[in-house]
Amino acid sequence: MSSAPVTATPDRTPPGAAAGTRRRAFLAILSRDLWVTIRREPGGFLAQALLQPIFFLFIFGRVLPEIGQAQGSYGSLLLPGVMALTAITVSLQNVALPLVIEFSFTKEIEDRLLAPLPAWAVGVEKIVHAALRGIFSAFVLLPIAAVVLPDGLQLGGANWIALIAVVAGGAVAGGCLGLVMGTVVPANKINIAFAVILTPLLFTGATFYPWSSLDSLRWFQVVTLLNPLTYVSEGARAAIGTGEHMATWAIPLGIVGSIVVFGVIGLLGFRRRAID
Amino acid sequence: MSSATASGSFGPPPPVAEDAIVVEGLRKRYGSSGDEAVKGIDFRVRQGEIFGLLGPNGAGKTTTIGVITTRVRPTGGRVLVDGLDVTTDQVAVKLRLAVVPQRPNLDRSLSAIENLTFHAAYFGFSRRARRERALELLEQVGLQGRENDRVDQYSGGMAQRLIIARALIHRPQILILDEPTTGLDPQSRLFLWDTMRELQAQGTTLILTTHDMAEADQLCERIAIVDHGEVIALDTPRGLRRLLPSERGVEVVVVAQDAVGAPDAVDADDGATPSSGAPTVPGDDPAAAIGRVPGVERADVVSSAEGRTTVRAYGAVEAGDLVAGLSDAGLRLVELRQLEGSLEDVFVHLTGRELR
Repeated sequence: MSSAPVTATPDRTPPGAAAGTRRRAFLAILSRDLWVTIRREPGGFLAQALLQPIFFLFIFGRVLPEIGQAQGSYGSLLLPGVMALTAITVSLQNVALPLVIEFSFTKEIEDRLLAPLPAWAVGVEKIVHAALRGIFSAFVLLPIAAVVLPDGLQLGGANWIALIAVVAGGAVAGGCLGLVMGTVVPANKINIAFAVILTPLLFTGATFYPWSSLDSLRWFQVVTLLNPLTYVSEGARAAIGTGEHMATWAIPLGIVGSIVVFGVIGLLGFRRRAID
Repeated sequence: MSSATASGSFGPPPPVAEDAIVVEGLRKRYGSSGDEAVKGIDFRVRQGEIFGLLGPNGAGKTTTIGVITTRVRPTGGRVLVDGLDVTTDQVAVKLRLAVVPQRPNLDRSLSAIENLTFHAAYFGFSRRARRERALELLEQVGLQGRENDRVDQYSGGMAQRLIIARALIHRPQILILDEPTTGLDPQSRLFLWDTMRELQAQGTTLILTTHDMAEADQLCERIAIVDHGEVIALDTPRGLRRLLPSERGVEVVVVAQDAVGAPDAVDADDGATPSSGAPTVPGDDPAAAIGRVPGVERADVVSSAEGRTTVRAYGAVEAGDLVAGLSDAGLRLVELRQLEGSLEDVFVHLTGRELR
């Protein structure tokens, strides 16, 4: 089957890991996660990812305008915000929750920590997989919005490359934030942490309003700059080309900055949990 | 995804270092102010050996195993796996190891065979090789026909066998079993023991931690007893038994040479003085007679029934002297065996009786 040509060197120096070992291990772990998503729990994944944004779009984008509590065009302002929110929260939850369970209860992660790749790379894989879920969920909202929103989709002026980049960046930032939560928060407090972190994240992220419209509420406008979602919402708004948005230079800065800050904290936390 | 590569070689390279594992002056302190869990452990595991790591709970076994498997960073000393340092060559070390953990950690989102094939994929096996090897191992561990079951439907014994199959799928040089038989039924335990012996015959190095002394005694060539973060004894099971101070000696069963009546040997006199009381039967009081044999420090009658007297003689006794001494005293030797305490006695002798 695989009797290998003997590679033992005569000078008794043990060979290190071959160059492709780490890459193959990383891709195999990623393919395991994607396999579970696609083959084992597609329904559960879609329900968890899409139910909340569909209701946001339906209530705020359809019901409120219909009963005269909001303008008819609100939906086109809302959609990029909800896409950004979905990219971040789906990714965040898909890192944080499994991580807490695997580290504390099932210990399933041990098998992957013993795979031939550095421990931190297992954390990176968690972010990549969750970000793929987040990106997928955000873009699946487009056809749904076409049906739900009264005006349908207005994507004539969209810059698709920018939109993909913003959503992908947001999903990665969400995954990094999830890694921080999943490794810093003790298992028995994770439900509290979710409430305490997700709620402010949801409402201070310029999802339901353009950031510049907060000019009259200056202190709140400044507070929202701490939320990575603000940059992703504004970025999606800018890419789709609906309404006003914050200065273009600030958007990549905010997204990349969030990834760096939360990524470093998260990976350090992951290494602390993975290696005593 | 990670399909076959040009190399065509799967699994770790063959071992090259003389010792499979070298642990030198290993120390580990958890946190900056905590107590040292490991306070300078040294041992070497030879290639192809079954090595036992014994100790009470909290003695430092799991920490030591953790360092070897790259999951715990040592605060002092060094650990080599096939000559590779566990702190600097983690990936190469992991390639050579497999672990059967204390608690089952199967991937519960996957079926049994997927647990094996994905694990093999992590180690770079081609799609074809993974499947072939997985089916082969499932048959070996008696799980053929159950390969598509979800693993949460497996019983404890089945899960354990699947974990063993998973550990073996990438052909590790070194297999580490951390209390593998805790909670297993006798059949599963015997299966595991057979598997371990087979693996050793194939050249795999095995490290076993266990509380089951009989298991360690049966399987291990050498055993390190760890307590309070230090190795307090390291020897073969036989060598360890010799550590019991009171248990060096022999047990003999004797009958009077012209056994007509029972030689009702009662309390033995001090062996140094010849017995003062007149013997009731021809032949001497057995305990006193044995007590006079050179090298015997003390002789006690253990039991006496149907004319046979069982005597324990402590000390460094030569069999020849003993036979001569007995025949001088008119006694005939029926049975002679070396006294050996159980490994459990040794363990308790070395680590004390208090609860941890």
